[in-house]
Amino acid sequence: MTENYKVLSYELRKQVVDMILEGNGGHIGGDMSVIDILITLYFRQMNISPVNQDDPDRDYLIMSKGHCVEALYVVLAKKEFFPIEKVMQEFSRFGSPFIGHPNNKLPGIEMNSGSLGHGLPVSIGIALANRMDGRKNRVYVIMGDGELAEGSVWEGAMAAAMYKLDNLCAVVDRNRLQISGGTEEVMAHDDLKERFRSFGWHVIEVEQGNDSDALNVAFEEAKRIKGRPAVIIADTVKGFGSSVMENQVSWHHHVPNDEEYAQIMKDFEERKEAARHE
Amino acid sequence: MNKNPNRAAICDVLMEQAAADKDIVVLCSDSRGSASLAPFAKKFPEQFVEVGIAEQNLVGIAAGLAKCGKKSFAASPACFLSTRSYEQAKVDVAYSDTNVKLIGISGGISYGALGMSHHSAQDIAAMSAIPNMRVYLPSDRHQTRKLTESLLKDSKPAYVRVGRNPVEDIYEEGNVPFVMNKATVLAEGKDVAIIACGEMVKPAKDAAELLEKEGIKATVLDMYCVKPIDREAVVNAAKKCGLVITVEEHSPYGGLGAAVSQIVAAEGLGRVINLSLPDDPVITGTSKEVFDYYKLNAEGIAACACENLRKEL
Repeated sequence: MTENYKVLSYELRKQVVDMILEGNGGHIGGDMSVIDILITLYFRQMNISPVNQDDPDRDYLIMSKGHCVEALYVVLAKKEFFPIEKVMQEFSRFGSPFIGHPNNKLPGIEMNSGSLGHGLPVSIGIALANRMDGRKNRVYVIMGDGELAEGSVWEGAMAAAMYKLDNLCAVVDRNRLQISGGTEEVMAHDDLKERFRSFGWHVIEVEQGNDSDALNVAFEEAKRIKGRPAVIIADTVKGFGSSVMENQVSWHHHVPNDEEYAQIMKDFEERKEAARHE
Repeated sequence: MNKNPNRAAICDVLMEQAAADKDIVVLCSDSRGSASLAPFAKKFPEQFVEVGIAEQNLVGIAAGLAKCGKKSFAASPACFLSTRSYEQAKVDVAYSDTNVKLIGISGGISYGALGMSHHSAQDIAAMSAIPNMRVYLPSDRHQTRKLTESLLKDSKPAYVRVGRNPVEDIYEEGNVPFVMNKATVLAEGKDVAIIACGEMVKPAKDAAELLEKEGIKATVLDMYCVKPIDREAVVNAAKKCGLVITVEEHSPYGGLGAAVSQIVAAEGLGRVINLSLPDDPVITGTSKEVFDYYKLNAEGIAACACENLRKEL
């Protein structure tokens, strides 16, 4: 039987919410929007596991929107890079390696991130190195849409196209919200597709950015592109999974209270059951 | 007078080793000419990455390459490298612990008349404050060569500042005393210790000769390793002399003088006078004119020693 990635996504979403409750903080809204991208990459696309994590031919992921590390932790735990119980106990606690942003002293995490706009240039370096060494592996970088206001993203966009990095695939988690409000009110970029195209990228838009099957089709398309980098603009929903959180700017960084927690878990369970019968 | 600037010595070493070591990668931000790295780019195009005028990209890409086992040398004017890409140096290089050597060229006030935008009188302070970042200011081309060879053997982050113009030799070819992270003792006297780095080592050495004529014996340390500083050498010099003069092409804050002062104060060993650039935009001029104006020359250093030893030159 093939894995039901929607069911998996709700199981992992529950863990994210529990982790944020345990650690008393976390970027819950973005975790919910990005988790299907991570699931698709780690379970359907990337050649990466605890077994080959030091193999130079492995696929690489750079989590440029590092604040959504909780979603990354649960996916890495599911991949058995470390036990989920350990993350749950230690997340954000005194002396813990499970910091609120990616920490490359942990297995499965390639680079430290957290300050936005760093991931794309770093990924370009990785893609260049792999090409220099004649490797066929792929490099993925996940950026937030608010992050795209960082100038370094566009320095990277230029270089990736100039060096024709078809082993590089960027993903934009286009959830349309950032900490101060809607992305179009804070710093508009609704012409994102045109922007990346004008920089020489192959652009793939995924209208259902929280649907792993749709994302998987996009990643397959990206692999077929030769001579230029590809970017997947995933139209996601911030807080996806529960009506309590969805499209709510106040849930950028929020710890649910008892009532909210109960409703979120109820919503997850209902949607998981519905997904099971799809 | 030597015509080979320190930056060219870095290129020479990289050129010598790049053929046998394909993991050596040089990155420039439209700076290959000013970094003396154009010959490298020409001879090893497969090991050279041009990023255009984009210092954040320069350092981020260098870190990504290093993540995959490359030995990245990212060269850009020190003024930009230590400020524009500071966060990449902090997060992508030092915090992520990638094998990136940041080569700050035309450092200090090398770009003299181009003004404060092109001066890097803050780079030691900035880079030293980053955990896991080392800071080196070699004094001459021979020491620069030794340092570069040594840096190629390790896989830790480092920032190296070199000047734009050729500087007079301190050492002789084939006879360069060099131990990584250890100061080189250029003179040993008991009256005053002069601790300098980078282009200030030559005037420090000359100052000791002027003082000698006055019967003042100076210890002179070439502290090319500003971080990790050679603590033992500082302690020994301060114990021996009591009076320490530091000389640097840098702001009075957070540089060599600050580092030496911390040690001498903590150990309760004596006084430290810090000769540096002012906390102001530097006066317009060539390096020599600027150094002379601020008394960062042999005469100025010697006069400072005499004054503080209450003697007249």
